[in-house]
Amino acid sequence: MIVLPDTSTEVAIATTTLSSAASTITFSSIPSTYTDLRIVLTGTSSSGSPFIRFNSDTGTNYSYTVLRGDGTSASSSRESTLDKIWLSFGAGPSAGNPDFFTVDVFSYAGSTNKTCLTTSSMNHNGTDEEVARNVGLWRSTSAITTITLSRNVGNFNTGTTATLYGIL
Amino acid sequence: MAVTKLSNSGIKTGVLKYDSMLAGNAPFDPAATWLIQRVNGTGSSGVITFSNIPQTYQHLQIRFIAKNSTTTSVADHLYLQANGLTTSTYYSHFMYGSGTAAFAGNFMTQPQVTIRDAIYRSNATYPNMFGVGIIDIHDYTNTSKLKTVRAFTGRDGNGDGVVTLSSGVYPATSAITSLTLSSATGNFTTTTSFALYGFKG
Repeated sequence: MIVLPDTSTEVAIATTTLSSAASTITFSSIPSTYTDLRIVLTGTSSSGSPFIRFNSDTGTNYSYTVLRGDGTSASSSRESTLDKIWLSFGAGPSAGNPDFFTVDVFSYAGSTNKTCLTTSSMNHNGTDEEVARNVGLWRSTSAITTITLSRNVGNFNTGTTATLYGIL
Repeated sequence: MAVTKLSNSGIKTGVLKYDSMLAGNAPFDPAATWLIQRVNGTGSSGVITFSNIPQTYQHLQIRFIAKNSTTTSVADHLYLQANGLTTSTYYSHFMYGSGTAAFAGNFMTQPQVTIRDAIYRSNATYPNMFGVGIIDIHDYTNTSKLKTVRAFTGRDGNGDGVVTLSSGVYPATSAITSLTLSSATGNFTTTTSFALYGFKG
């Protein structure tokens, strides 16, 4: 079977570019018409580290396993029964050098637990560097309708952009 | 029955005129990414095949969510073969995080590209948990190159899991017309799904 869509297979559902600093970026009312979702986040921040939650769930229903390089060594770590999935695992952000994150969420509207792959690219010219690849789990069989990007402290700075894509 | 008179001037009066054949419509924007085929697990086979792959794209990508029917132990490798080649001439390399340490290694002279530890088994300890991944094959139609495969895969089971970067080579300059993905053990569950995408150059 060959599927020839009359629209692109990867569609930008929504984009947010901050006109003022904010601690949270939210995508809501996500349509269930795609198979996977991708979030692309780039920007600077004042402090802290970003994380992601689904459907406003703040319960300890998340976990992750990460592979990380900090410019000196490679390492891996894990956290379980957590209330979030971290997107970066380093010491902190840079106000001047944009960080770049992607999150791919698989079968987000299906009835399985939700697994995502995340990438983290942070180059701060010698301080708090990081390249990381992470697999995260949200233990819920509910379809994802809301995605929240937040920070444990501080804000996403003005100009930070987050885009949500749907992939057929 | 009403009778309507059509005159030359009457037809032209009030008619909008355009300089473009689009006539005010938006231009068609052909997609850069196309879903070529999606194949779901059947519960009775550990093999997924994409055949008759169109040669009209520049790159291919496979996105998957996978689990197999084996009930003991934890996870399995995912194997990839191209064009039905089964000789032990594929090479793969990987690095992965186990949750406690980073590792690197290889699979040399194998009958497939090996994507390490990418599929959760149906162990009751990990209910409804899956391995997921994105596999890229660039320039798959180019007959002057061997084909490099790149994969980013992971599985997390809330206390178990691995995240892996893999690369491999299909050791032939032939254009890729078919891809076979298989589980090292068991059958793919019916909740398993593999989707093949084409990227325009």
